[in-house]
Amino acid sequence: MSDFGKYTHAIMRAMPASLSTAALRSDNVSPVDPLGVQREFDHYVSVLRDRLGLQVVMLPADEELPDCVFVEDTAVVCGSTALITRPGAPSRRSETVAMKGALTELGLNIVEMNDELATMDGGDVLFTGKEFFVGLSKRTNQRGAEILANTFKDYAVSTIPVEEGLHLKSFCSMAGPNLIAIGSSDAAQKALKVIQQMSDCKYEKLTVPDDRAANCVYMNLPGKGDVLLHCTPEVFPESTKVFERLKSHMLIPVSNQEKMKVDGALTCLSVLLRI
Amino acid sequence: MTTEAGSETDVKKEPEKVPEVEQQQEQETVPPQTEEQSSKPAESEAPPTAAAAADQPQEENQIAEPQSEPEASASPDPSSPPAASAQKKEKGISRFLPPWLKRQKSQSQEKPAESPTPHTEPIEEKSVKEEDEEEKKSGDQPDGGAAERTEEVEVKEEAQSRPQEEEQEKEEEEKEKEEEKSVGSADTQPAREEREGEPEVKESEEKKEEKKEQEQVIQPEESAALLPHKLSKKMKMVVCHVTLLDGSQFSCEVEKRAKGQYLFFEVCEHLNLVEKDYFALSFKDNAEQRCWLDPTKEIKRQIRNSQWQFAFSVKFYPPDPSQLTEDLTRYLLCLQLRQDIASGRLPCSFVTHALLGSYALQAELGDQDPDEHRLDYISDFQFAPNQTKELEEKVMELHKSHRGMTPAQADAQFLENAKKLSMYGVDLHHAKDSEGVDIMLGVCANGLLIYKDRLRINRFAWPKILKISYKRSNFYIKIRPGEAEQFESTVGFKLPNHRAAKRVWKVCVEHHTFFRLTSPEQPTKSKFLTLGSKFRYSGRTQAQARQASTLIDRPTPYFQRTSSKRISRSLDGAPMVNISDYSRAVDSAAGGDNGPALELNSDSKAPQVELEEKPSVDVATSVTSESASKTDKGGAGAPQTKDLDKTQEDVLKHQASISELKRSFMEAAPEPRPSQWDKRLTGSPATTLRLQAPGSLEEELTSLFLSKACFSALSGSCSAAAAPAEGRRVSAQPEAPQISSSLPEADRRDASKVLQRPPPANLTCSTEVKPEVNGQPEVVEVVEETVVIEEVVKAKPKSPTPEPESAAQDRSLSSDSESEDEAEYHAHTPSISVQLIKEEPEEELNQQAPPSEPEPITETEPAVPAPSAQTEEDEAPNGHSPIPEAPPTETEEEEPHIVNGGVSRVETEVICCSEPPVVKTEMVTISDTFAAQKTEISTKEVPIVHTETKTITYEAAQLDGNGDGEPGVLMTAQTITSESLCTTTTTHITKTLKGGLSETRIEKRIVITGDSDIDHDQALAQAIKEAKEQHPDMSVTRVVVHKETELAEEDD
Repeated sequence: MSDFGKYTHAIMRAMPASLSTAALRSDNVSPVDPLGVQREFDHYVSVLRDRLGLQVVMLPADEELPDCVFVEDTAVVCGSTALITRPGAPSRRSETVAMKGALTELGLNIVEMNDELATMDGGDVLFTGKEFFVGLSKRTNQRGAEILANTFKDYAVSTIPVEEGLHLKSFCSMAGPNLIAIGSSDAAQKALKVIQQMSDCKYEKLTVPDDRAANCVYMNLPGKGDVLLHCTPEVFPESTKVFERLKSHMLIPVSNQEKMKVDGALTCLSVLLRI
Repeated sequence: MTTEAGSETDVKKEPEKVPEVEQQQEQETVPPQTEEQSSKPAESEAPPTAAAAADQPQEENQIAEPQSEPEASASPDPSSPPAASAQKKEKGISRFLPPWLKRQKSQSQEKPAESPTPHTEPIEEKSVKEEDEEEKKSGDQPDGGAAERTEEVEVKEEAQSRPQEEEQEKEEEEKEKEEEKSVGSADTQPAREEREGEPEVKESEEKKEEKKEQEQVIQPEESAALLPHKLSKKMKMVVCHVTLLDGSQFSCEVEKRAKGQYLFFEVCEHLNLVEKDYFALSFKDNAEQRCWLDPTKEIKRQIRNSQWQFAFSVKFYPPDPSQLTEDLTRYLLCLQLRQDIASGRLPCSFVTHALLGSYALQAELGDQDPDEHRLDYISDFQFAPNQTKELEEKVMELHKSHRGMTPAQADAQFLENAKKLSMYGVDLHHAKDSEGVDIMLGVCANGLLIYKDRLRINRFAWPKILKISYKRSNFYIKIRPGEAEQFESTVGFKLPNHRAAKRVWKVCVEHHTFFRLTSPEQPTKSKFLTLGSKFRYSGRTQAQARQASTLIDRPTPYFQRTSSKRISRSLDGAPMVNISDYSRAVDSAAGGDNGPALELNSDSKAPQVELEEKPSVDVATSVTSESASKTDKGGAGAPQTKDLDKTQEDVLKHQASISELKRSFMEAAPEPRPSQWDKRLTGSPATTLRLQAPGSLEEELTSLFLSKACFSALSGSCSAAAAPAEGRRVSAQPEAPQISSSLPEADRRDASKVLQRPPPANLTCSTEVKPEVNGQPEVVEVVEETVVIEEVVKAKPKSPTPEPESAAQDRSLSSDSESEDEAEYHAHTPSISVQLIKEEPEEELNQQAPPSEPEPITETEPAVPAPSAQTEEDEAPNGHSPIPEAPPTETEEEEPHIVNGGVSRVETEVICCSEPPVVKTEMVTISDTFAAQKTEISTKEVPIVHTETKTITYEAAQLDGNGDGEPGVLMTAQTITSESLCTTTTTHITKTLKGGLSETRIEKRIVITGDSDIDHDQALAQAIKEAKEQHPDMSVTRVVVHKETELAEEDD
């Protein structure tokens, strides 16, 4: 798809102070550095807005929603249609309100996932430009995937079991129009095989040693071509080397060390769209 | 009528029922042959004889057929499907009927020059590709009156045939004898005899028919005029109403017995459509299911009691419409897609609806004219199932942006967007998974998609699918093992009913063939009475269609775009899910099985040969086959052998060109059907070889799959042997031989194919045999059809042993063990070189390394006479016979045959003196038969072993077990197995009472297992010596040595 990655806007949400203490997390080991998190977040915003020239719509933080910074989970945008999800974590359901308002304001066709049996986190939705893959995880169920399929009827929607990790995109993402970045874990590789089997398209893969490093943000911007936000060498040196092999991409290392402690990945921080 | 009878039978029956064809040989062949016969009376007399084949390539087919005929006649079991039985009966009758011969002669005399036409006709039937001429012929041929008569005749014949079956058998025997004696004259003589015996009345009718046919053939149009009196009564014309894509109606008068092809071509002609391969006619069956009209079959038989109302529609959605040559074709595709979209069959988003609608408007109306086009101008169009005002506004908005776009450009844009839709070209079928969950099966260009609601939950690309089959209301696909997997798996789906299962199966077969192959498989012509559908897609493949499109040389045809209003309106209420129905219950049932089909994938990927053989035939069958093959070759055998030898040598020494190999294989084809194979081989481009071994499926599957055989260029011969499935034959003796024969041929073809593909050094042969024993040999309804698709060759070590498990167990498709068993059959390499020598039963030396099955079969062969007995025996040996062949094994079989003088049958024996071709074979076996049998070890982890296979077959003249037809009584049958250090000896003794003489056939299978250190030759010699010593009073008829040696990992 020639339009894949051609974004003009990014919807983000300011970070609540409660993130470092109250955000949902699967790993309780290390404490989150509030200052570090904010620093990373600010850097991320500046990259999108200042360096890449995207229109960044910053939603206000809500202290009652410690995870609200991870806006990706609240909406899936494809073309001019936005599906407002029903996040798998009950504590996050309210996060969609602000997102819906923002997307409505931007003129998108809004579809809401109102089915109470359906759950979906945007982090489980991998859109390749040609089709959707929806991870069936702790946060996303079959019904949610069905609603997504009904929303985006032009595209094939395949379901991918996610056995490990929080989301499908916890170990994979698109690194190019036809390129899937994938982690090296067995679970990640297994998921990739399913993806490959389910698709009529032949995707290339970019395998990185660290699963979490496989989450990167691809964009195709005018004047800049292929742009990739990826992990930093400080955190994932080996994986970074892999990304650095993408000579044709504008590579922008973005630190995400602190947010990863609360299962935050690079893609989680924004909803990218084209208007 | 004669022509009609012949032509019709050919047309109708051939495509549908290959086996029958054989039976019908006489009738069918008669018209064409008659001519030939006239030219060569002597030869004509002996239809079945190989000599005829040798003389004329065309006749070869016939030759094969004749043999089959006797079989067929014998075979017609009460249980056999009505249609098939009828046809069969007819055939049998026809044989006996003298009038045919007379007719033939008369025909030949009258119009000798025309003879070619009849031959061509059958071909035409098979392939829709045929030109107008053919169409005309086919269309003309089926004269209403003539058809009726033929029917009557058939009925009569049938009636007669039944009572006469015994007689027929006798006659057949006689024929065989005659044939043996005089190769050349065999055909005609028996035919004459039959003729004499038959009632004169029939003769007269037949004569008339023949005349008509001739005339028709010659001058289809004029025929009516010429024979007004006769035709007026016989010709019945029917008006067909065809709904075109633009919603208009096209009415066309066709002969009542016209084939679907005729009507389709009429419609295409009306539309001025050249790129018609993507389209087809459909009709609604009694259950309101959409069924595709099979072009190769009579319309009447397909629609049954339904109205003669059809719809012209797209059957194969071209993945890239821009590759279509003509705008007209794209326009029609657009019309179809508009229907699909408006009906909801092709779901798309709001935006897409609007965009596609706007292109449709641009194509229909041109630039938007503010004055002429008011706001409501589009309300007459339907763009979506649920069209909203919002959508219409959006459509209009977009329409404005298309200003200046020509209709053709708008259509092209429409298609460019439509083709991206995920459900474009996906044919959906309701089904349930193994757990009873509602799902949808989507058949498309790339494979099979599984949906749950709208979600794609699985996908099986064509390369991933090894076999497609259905059984009752279940639909199965066998999946190629993944990289990490060692074994195949079978996925089953539950369809609402049998017909639905068959529809899915057919759609899969068609789509796979159309999109995946370079050329269609040849429809199986099985000579057996088989249950099951022989169905194969007979039209052009996409590759061929594209090729043809490039050759289109005509000015851009003018066509007028009609208002889409009509279309949209007509579409209203269209069902969301369209399930294409292929109603062929009767036909399919009647039609033998889908026989074995070898599919060579055109794909550049590894060479893959697929053989599917679904012989329902009993073990006896296999035996008979040998004998049959012998007889067939009797005449031409010797010369062929020479050729073969030469070719083989070349191959071995020089890696002969593929073409040569093909030739050799073809020529060599020992089996009864050489002709068919030859035709196929010759006809088909070198690149695509397809073997279809006719098999018979009984209700329960009996299927032998020979899956891929990849041979290295070096390997001179491939051994792919399909083991005959086991079914009980009630009476069908003749068929069996054919089957067996077919198998070897298939193997050869495989080999040839493999050979053709020079690059891969590895030969992989994977044979899957699914023998199922059916108590009911012939069931009217065909339950299963299986298509084996093998695109990738995977080498796994085979243990060539007939797997008893498979035989016994394999009534279920899913059983992988079956495949394993099949693999064993695979080994049947012996086909390499066969010499046919007519001799009385003598020594047969069969050295069959890989295929152990043949041996047991052989044994039974002599005993052939008692079908039931044989069946039992066969089954036992095949399924259970404990003759596992480890990859490296040498097997000796001695089959001393005592021929009964009582019946003066001399069985031609095939002597295989093929030099031991060294084949590097990779065999893919899911499970090690060997292991499975002995230890029941999970086969899953069978390592891939590269083996070198040598197969040497020595055959002395055998008595024909052909006696298939002969009523033999199986006295006793026993199998003894002894095992020593490195040798396993299996002795199978069959005693049969034939014509008052008792015949004892002993088959010994000796498996020598050991390291390369062992002197196999010596061991073999010793084994043979011992065998002779043990049975001094018997002669060694056949020795087959199959040597498999594990190769170092060179191949890898």
